[in-house]
Amino acid sequence: MPFLNRRRFVSIVGRRSSLPDGLWMKCPGCKQAVYRAEVEQNQQVCPRCAYHHRIGAMARIAILVDEGSFEERHQEVQTLDPLEFKVGEATYLEKVEKAKSNAQLSEALVVGYARIEESRTVLGVMDPFFMMASMGSAVGERFCRAARDAITERLPLVVIAASGGARMQEGILSLMQMAKTAEAVRRLNEAAIPYITVLTDPTTGGVYASFAALGDITLAEPGALIGFAGPRLIEGALKVKLPEGFQTAEYQYNNGFIDQIVKRSELRPTLGKLLRYLRPQ
Amino acid sequence: MAESNERGRLGLETSLPFERRILEIEALIEKTPEGDARGELISELERERETVFQNLTAWQRVQLARHALRPRMLDYTRRILEDFFELHGDRLGGDDAAVITGIGRFRGRTLMVVGQQKGVTTEEKVARNFGMPHPEGYRKALRAFRLAERWRLPIVTFVDTPAAHPGIEAEAHGQGPTIAQNLLEMLGVKTPVFAVILGEGGSGGALAIALGDWVAMFEHAIYVICPPERCAEILWKDVEKKELAASALRVTARELLALNTIDAVLPESGGGAHRNPEVAAQAVAEELAWFLGECDKGRWTSEQRREKYQRMGVWSEMPSDEYRVPSSEFRVPSEE
Repeated sequence: MPFLNRRRFVSIVGRRSSLPDGLWMKCPGCKQAVYRAEVEQNQQVCPRCAYHHRIGAMARIAILVDEGSFEERHQEVQTLDPLEFKVGEATYLEKVEKAKSNAQLSEALVVGYARIEESRTVLGVMDPFFMMASMGSAVGERFCRAARDAITERLPLVVIAASGGARMQEGILSLMQMAKTAEAVRRLNEAAIPYITVLTDPTTGGVYASFAALGDITLAEPGALIGFAGPRLIEGALKVKLPEGFQTAEYQYNNGFIDQIVKRSELRPTLGKLLRYLRPQ
Repeated sequence: MAESNERGRLGLETSLPFERRILEIEALIEKTPEGDARGELISELERERETVFQNLTAWQRVQLARHALRPRMLDYTRRILEDFFELHGDRLGGDDAAVITGIGRFRGRTLMVVGQQKGVTTEEKVARNFGMPHPEGYRKALRAFRLAERWRLPIVTFVDTPAAHPGIEAEAHGQGPTIAQNLLEMLGVKTPVFAVILGEGGSGGALAIALGDWVAMFEHAIYVICPPERCAEILWKDVEKKELAASALRVTARELLALNTIDAVLPESGGGAHRNPEVAAQAVAEELAWFLGECDKGRWTSEQRREKYQRMGVWSEMPSDEYRVPSSEFRVPSEE
């Protein structure tokens, strides 16, 4: 059964994105009015200035993997509310439920088996629209299970990272996910399983300071915000204006933290090639 | 660098609002000659102390954890180590004063010591960046971990930082990737690791040196995913909700123990560690001595440590017919 057919894919991509409603939209990159459908048909990339809009997990999977090849796993790992966290009247679990139905996803990280240009791999994709793809216990556990799948099946692990940071509503447990996922990467390393990360807009905070920055190969999408402390936090702390282009993918590339910046349209062939070259022994 | 052995006296300026009445009674006791009146004041002092410290709110503990006079790493090492030989530099071009590493002697054995020092005097605070490490500091710690492993030395870490430094240079030098690398390597270090959270355990900046076989934490210390003020800003859009955030985040030692994220709570006697640094140091020394005793029995292995952190978190495993299966039938998501 095909995962998504082409026609539907276009409309899904349109809905699951940061694009405001309307026929025309102003591109945050070139500040020009662009025809929305043109952006949608271009994998959510501005046809004029190549600004890469954020993209939901399922839409990402649709443009990345061989049609019908994604087999989601570990959906049973679900969020709990151990801190009984409440903001006003809204409980944490209510917020999660709302995010679930908005994003049509079971958590901010989706993992499973997939084929990319014929190569089988374990794939994890984060959804920036699901509570800013923040990392709580369920996200951490799913990452670890995906890593375990990769080790057992002797498959590479590819993770498309995006995150606003830690899932604050899980307090210290969300901090502990940094250690937990780092341990999973250590196990991948010891098992000599290739681990490729793609950092997309935004990859920050606890996710950047754990599994997202521990890839054997680290790729990034153009213009993505990548950093540990968020730019507003730094601006507030230092009371200075941040330099132009600070914490972009290009900035991190120039500082030696990224192997290559890959355009969205090139991501599939790039990963396809790497997966062919780095098949686990 | 100025050593932090000049400590201010607890007075009106350095005290917290809920400490003031205690200070007043103490001052009265000093002025009152031996006799019934004095005896009464002493029992009043005990009652006041009990009322305040038995009923501390989460926010009051945050304030105690950040107390201007709270003992710092060097106040502990000076008291519990017979000797300390400091090792400087990360061997990659930097030496971050917010992080102190070195070889310590404790009851006749050699340890690797790693910690964060916030500083006491204004000069020292500035020089040590208020205990907020840059990537160079984490690399310096990592160098110490690697040496300890090579020399088969147990590691003791003193955790006390508001956060990893948020700054332009820190980002340019890889604050995120450096912390990530520390986590990965610290988990696998083949020698035992004892961590103690002295005051503030500030997020990833603390975690990067706090992965231990045994993590002890002072009663009035805090360990947070983010400062309550910032949490209040993000979730309540109001920094004044910091007290609410502090209790919602479960930042105190006993709550963290209940969540299985630390292993022991070190009690603080008589009004907090800053009122009696000797007793606080003694508590660390006893816990450390016990830990090393267990080392000799072969209790700690890096495999167990790794397994402990691999299991961290609280989640549910729903039966497969109950969880939502994202189908290809997407609905139009409503905007939040």
